[in-house]
Amino acid sequence: MISKPKRLISEILGILVAAIVFGIPFYFVILNASKNQQEASLMNISSPEKFLLLQNIQEVLSADKGIVLTAFKNSILITLFSLIVLVLACSMAGFVSQRRTDKATPVINFLILAGLIIPPAIVPTIWLLMSLGIFKTMFSMVMIEAALTMSFSTLLYKGFTATIPREIDEAATVDGAGPFRLFFQIIFPLLKPTTATIIVLSSVNIFNDFVNPLYFFPGAKNATIQLTLYNFMSKYHSSWNLLFADVLIITIPPLILFIFFNRQIISGMAAGAIKG
Amino acid sequence: MSFKQRNQYSYFFLLPAGMIFFIFFLLPAISSFFFSLTRWNLTDWTFIGLENFKMFFAEDSLSIGFKNTFIYAFLTCGLKVVFGLGLAVYLCSAIRTRNFLRAVVFFPNLISTIAVGITFSSLMHPTRGVINTMLSTIGITGPDWLGNVKIALLSVIAVDLWKGVGVATVIFIAGIMSISTQYYEALEIDGGGSWAKFLHITLPLSRPAINSVIILALIGGLRTFDLIWSMTKGGPGFTTDLLSSIIYKQYSSGFFGLSTAGNVILFLMVSAIAFPIYKILNSREVDL
Repeated sequence: MISKPKRLISEILGILVAAIVFGIPFYFVILNASKNQQEASLMNISSPEKFLLLQNIQEVLSADKGIVLTAFKNSILITLFSLIVLVLACSMAGFVSQRRTDKATPVINFLILAGLIIPPAIVPTIWLLMSLGIFKTMFSMVMIEAALTMSFSTLLYKGFTATIPREIDEAATVDGAGPFRLFFQIIFPLLKPTTATIIVLSSVNIFNDFVNPLYFFPGAKNATIQLTLYNFMSKYHSSWNLLFADVLIITIPPLILFIFFNRQIISGMAAGAIKG
Repeated sequence: MSFKQRNQYSYFFLLPAGMIFFIFFLLPAISSFFFSLTRWNLTDWTFIGLENFKMFFAEDSLSIGFKNTFIYAFLTCGLKVVFGLGLAVYLCSAIRTRNFLRAVVFFPNLISTIAVGITFSSLMHPTRGVINTMLSTIGITGPDWLGNVKIALLSVIAVDLWKGVGVATVIFIAGIMSISTQYYEALEIDGGGSWAKFLHITLPLSRPAINSVIILALIGGLRTFDLIWSMTKGGPGFTTDLLSSIIYKQYSSGFFGLSTAGNVILFLMVSAIAFPIYKILNSREVDL
């Protein structure tokens, strides 16, 4: 065991480094989101003359006829629908692909791996969406988010299904449960820990996604929260206070999630990575 | 069992996931090979053979993406392994602040990359930025972090490390926590110090965690787009362009065939690096 003074030095050093490396950027954002335009353009970390955080947030929210609120609504809807699709489709797929071993198994495993590794083909996807007549729709956005997160979620469900004994399936079958009752009444409730992990992790990832909406969800009324922030970058290039106020607003949802689900997020991420 | 298997574990359950995956991921991926050989405006195409690929390798502004993507992926990966492991060992030691610090290190990973990019472009401002102001108080003239062609890519890599090291750390912590304390006790009896503990126990037994971090960081690094786009947009000039940002630039200027060729190159590059590494690392894990 380490001696007490040594431990104290180690603790103080850790806090100090964390304060500089991680604390200053956050402090900087909050501070500059509270300044007026002139002060914020100096980009320093002195305190503002007048604390204008609420006014700045108000101004951001009312910009462009409330585009930020529309964007919030869109981002939340996309995240929500994608999660429903993900949880339903991937739990079913993960369960059956873990339980069955036959000729299709290596194919399924390869497809899951391919989905984890291969980058999405951008322009062909747009072409496909246009041919189907669903380009720039929320439906296509949800499907793409789901398709791109699918491998990871299926893998997590597959891994967790392996810990559920087959005897449970057999008992339910003997009692006369068909495949649907077996899955939805018996297995799905048992998969709850994985479902929770997937909901928390994927909601953060989909909410923060910038690349896919940039390509597949363009257009003024299709704003998502990350696209709006990106557009503000060129629009408010001289009003850093508003830019930082927007940064602050969109950091709140993940922050709330993190405060409540800190443990699940961290352990889920580690579990997913090690199984993957 | 096989009769029951067919009934109770129906392949119908794979259908929803399979269909979405096929239509929205696999089909575009496969058709990209064809479209990369065309000049294309989304409705009509002319087959032009390997012209797009030739152009990609002939033009400096395009081929640079190759080199940069390599540098970016391998450097972020290496740094995340080194820093992540170091942080994990520190955050597994008997300090009272460890839970708090773990949360602090991990949190940047949950913030939007665009927000991180905006914040750091401001912090890295050459004359007024906080980083250079702080450096100047101790008598160092800081460089133009994002404007100097020699270090712009490295600056973005550093920010990527800042944002992403938390995931690596968390994975390493999980790996280290699963090591039985008996090994450490045995080494202590044999008179080994903390460096010996790290070298002979922690490092070899964290192997699976290291493999995971390497694969995740490499794949992430090869495909990355939002950080570079929000910080430099590939500039100054095109010196920090990655394959992903070139794909976007060609797409937004309407060169869809060329953009798709870039996509195919990225596809092949990621596969050529990730699949073998995945195989090698996973086969080693069995030996352990």
